[in-house]
Amino acid sequence: MAQHTIKDAFTERRLFFSRVVVLVVFIVLLFGILIVRLSHLQVVNYSHFTTLSQNNRVRLEALPPPRGLIYDRNGVILAENRPAYQLEITLEQVEDLQETLERLGRIVTLENSEIERFRRLLRRKRPFQAVPLKLNLSDEEVANFAVDRHRFPGVDIQARLARHYPMGEEMAHVVGYVGRIDERELARIDTRNYSGTSHIGKIGVERYYEDVLHGQVGYQRVEVNAQGRMLRILERQPPVAGRDIVLSLDVRLQAAARQALNGYTGAIVAMDPRTGEVLAMVSMPSFDPNLFVHGIPASIYNQLRDHRRQPLFNRALTGQYPPGSTLKPVVGLAGLEHNIITASRTMFAAGYYQLPGHDRRYRDWRRHGHGWVNLDKAIAQSSDVYFYDLGYRLGIDRMSEFLGLFGLGRVTGIDSTGERAGILPSREWKQGALGTVWYPGETIIAAIGQGYMLTTPLQLASVASTLAMRGIRIRPHLLRGIINSDSEELELVSPEYLSPVRVSHPQYWDQVLDPMVHVVHQPNGTAYNSTGRTAAYIIAGKTGTSQVFGLGQDEEYDESRIAKHLRDHALFIAYAPAEDPRIAIAVIVENGGSGSRTAAPIARMVMDHFLLEMGG
Amino acid sequence: MRRYEHSLLLRILHLDLPLLMGLLLLMGLGFIILFSASGEDTDTLLRQAMRIGIAFGIMFLLAQIPSHHLRLWSPWLYGLGVILLVLVLLVGDVGKGAQRWLDLGFFRFQPSELMKLVVPMLIAWYFADRPLPPRFREVLVAGILVAVPAVLIVGQPDLGTAILVTSSGLLVIFLAGVRWRILIALGALLLAIAPFFWHFMRDYQRQRVLTLLNPESDPLGAGYHIIQSKIAIGSGGLYGKGWLNGTQSQLAFLPERSTDFIFAVYAEEFGLLGILLLLSIYLFLILRGLYIAVRAQDTYARLLAGSISMTFFVYVFVNAGMVSGLLPVVGIPLPLVSYGGTSMVTILAAFGILMSIHSHRRLMA
Repeated sequence: MAQHTIKDAFTERRLFFSRVVVLVVFIVLLFGILIVRLSHLQVVNYSHFTTLSQNNRVRLEALPPPRGLIYDRNGVILAENRPAYQLEITLEQVEDLQETLERLGRIVTLENSEIERFRRLLRRKRPFQAVPLKLNLSDEEVANFAVDRHRFPGVDIQARLARHYPMGEEMAHVVGYVGRIDERELARIDTRNYSGTSHIGKIGVERYYEDVLHGQVGYQRVEVNAQGRMLRILERQPPVAGRDIVLSLDVRLQAAARQALNGYTGAIVAMDPRTGEVLAMVSMPSFDPNLFVHGIPASIYNQLRDHRRQPLFNRALTGQYPPGSTLKPVVGLAGLEHNIITASRTMFAAGYYQLPGHDRRYRDWRRHGHGWVNLDKAIAQSSDVYFYDLGYRLGIDRMSEFLGLFGLGRVTGIDSTGERAGILPSREWKQGALGTVWYPGETIIAAIGQGYMLTTPLQLASVASTLAMRGIRIRPHLLRGIINSDSEELELVSPEYLSPVRVSHPQYWDQVLDPMVHVVHQPNGTAYNSTGRTAAYIIAGKTGTSQVFGLGQDEEYDESRIAKHLRDHALFIAYAPAEDPRIAIAVIVENGGSGSRTAAPIARMVMDHFLLEMGG
Repeated sequence: MRRYEHSLLLRILHLDLPLLMGLLLLMGLGFIILFSASGEDTDTLLRQAMRIGIAFGIMFLLAQIPSHHLRLWSPWLYGLGVILLVLVLLVGDVGKGAQRWLDLGFFRFQPSELMKLVVPMLIAWYFADRPLPPRFREVLVAGILVAVPAVLIVGQPDLGTAILVTSSGLLVIFLAGVRWRILIALGALLLAIAPFFWHFMRDYQRQRVLTLLNPESDPLGAGYHIIQSKIAIGSGGLYGKGWLNGTQSQLAFLPERSTDFIFAVYAEEFGLLGILLLLSIYLFLILRGLYIAVRAQDTYARLLAGSISMTFFVYVFVNAGMVSGLLPVVGIPLPLVSYGGTSMVTILAAFGILMSIHSHRRLMA
């Protein structure tokens, strides 16, 4: 090789050797870097990567607790958990998503909103995770899919528990419903306890007793592989089921009350005056709460929301109505207590009332008045003029204060959602709400429950209950008790007594309550013909008719000439049996016309059912 | 006496005992970890064993061929290799998005793999008769001779093999004693034209470079390999999780775990201490190869042996570097450990050449 003229074997060998030395240094250097790098990963950051490796391998799965059931007072189920079938898609296993969705659409009905929601969820999930497409499949859809399942790789049906309300619209307002947790609720709840739970109480008892019904989330640590498939359970802490609750409601009475309303728009609240337990709470029209559990389709929701008769609106708690004459016994009691009147005092009640020195005439509902009336006759026949006079002499301050003792103008604090306080007008209220001074004329119409005054049906039922109990006030409540999860015994809630209404002389109660019996049972009583004549037990009640439509000074109210939605609201409050009250009730029929003709018979039907058929 | 007989037998067979021991130790470790990485699949082990058998056969054959024969064949092999590479681009089979295979009817053949040996052979041949250190013009010619197959391989595209082919050729040029100033000038030139490379890179190749810089930017996509691989290595710790106990690999979080990422499986199960053992074996083989190069008796053998040893190092470093997140992900297997046939054959053939160079030197003298 060395025969080449200028090739120098020795120099080349040395040159080569020096290059090899350079390379060996290079190798040692790079291996050094590699070892430093590996030490950095394996020693310095060992715990960090161990954690990551554990997180990879071990998945903490929430075990949502089954929601507590809701029963009526006799053990009839009002809210239960039923298996519901949902359609899920695992993207990884689907060849052509668009085409799969199109084919699925031929088997199950897919709303556009459902597909949009699905695509939104899809972006947040990993391809091996199943994403729900349709939440509540009908049995028919499940069967249809089962037949064709082999044509849909990556599409699966998953069963889970979903809330169901077997009573449907019977109990919709009072029991309420659950729905998907929204952003606002997410901020409010303990998200840890709701991991794995998709639904939460939205309104009514479901919402109020959410904490009791929900229970405590459980966990399991499972080992998974890279596909997310569960290999084994490493550790498990079972969930604590939500507690079952028993309501004071009685489905039979509820049904009777709905039937009694007979298609009218209105509300009925019936309660046990002795305990404050609400026995029936009806708002008509109603809706099917089951629609809300699986996400109500927008079309149906809009229809419900925009319906003229407002089925979503819980009139019993949220509806505010002028109480009209139903408050006359309370105003009369105020007159007695403040020595404005005595039971025997009589006055001549003409067809109208005028303030001294004023032109304005405050008309009686009866064109020519009631003649000479005392308190008994004024309540039994509902003389407006008598109470105009009483109210004027009592004054708004004392009237307002006394009505306040019955809880008007404040929420009762019932264990449900959406309750409104109504309006108890006073000088301060008017100054605050309207910024104007109080006019004497406003006192006069306030005395017959008109003007600014507004009450909810629940407040009126509570007033009836307080009258029945002669001043003892108990907070109305829907919860009868909670079932102890260990002993399975019902732990009853005890009634919560509120500050009672006290009067100076106990006979004052008789002096306003006896007339309430006369309302129903005396031939001249406003509810005698429609209600009292055939009653099998003694009812104490008071009719009311509240104006929706302001009449002109000398106009006559003529029902036939006024459009139906402007007709007066019909009201009736009552308790029975008068000598031993076991039920107190308030009935409001929107645009029902007259309390005596429309509302009172409805109340009697409910009480009949309770006292005669149910033996309550 | 026994030791003498033993080495005599090896001498007759033209085998190098230190290299042979190192290779067997490495492959033993390889089998152990492949058993774990494959999910205890004996079929995989059997196929790997058959490949090793064939590769050992080729190593043994090449060890019998004196290096001056190889030297004579070098230009012809190179010409043939380039023609085959062109053929691959024209009529090659497509596998995994790249044209690498030539279907000869009875077996499928990857000409780029052949070039890993042929390119350094050719460059060594080119310099063998020329006075060294080479002049600039010669370096340029050698560079072009390296570039032609490299560009053809990048075009397949197969970045990993192109890197190995290029580096094997460039290493010969370096070992030939190219002057430092030329090296520095070339290095500067390379840096200057780097942006053009970026321009010609495929999207997935660019993605790999970007992923290296910030793997967390795409944890489920391109960064997934690197993140999972780092977790596997890191969670192995000093002592490892134990054989068959690596959760990252056994539960399939680690992708490509029996091929390109087997290093991570090893690191997870045997820890840093296991890695140090593995790297020591590699280092021993590389240093033994360089020793053989230094002891070689002619320029051709010297350059070829040096290049072969250093290319083996590049293999190890690039694979370990990419698996531990130091380098971008390029498809380079861990030599003699990763599951797969073609690189196994090439590498053992290269060791056959090393053995031949060492065992034939007295006969040549």
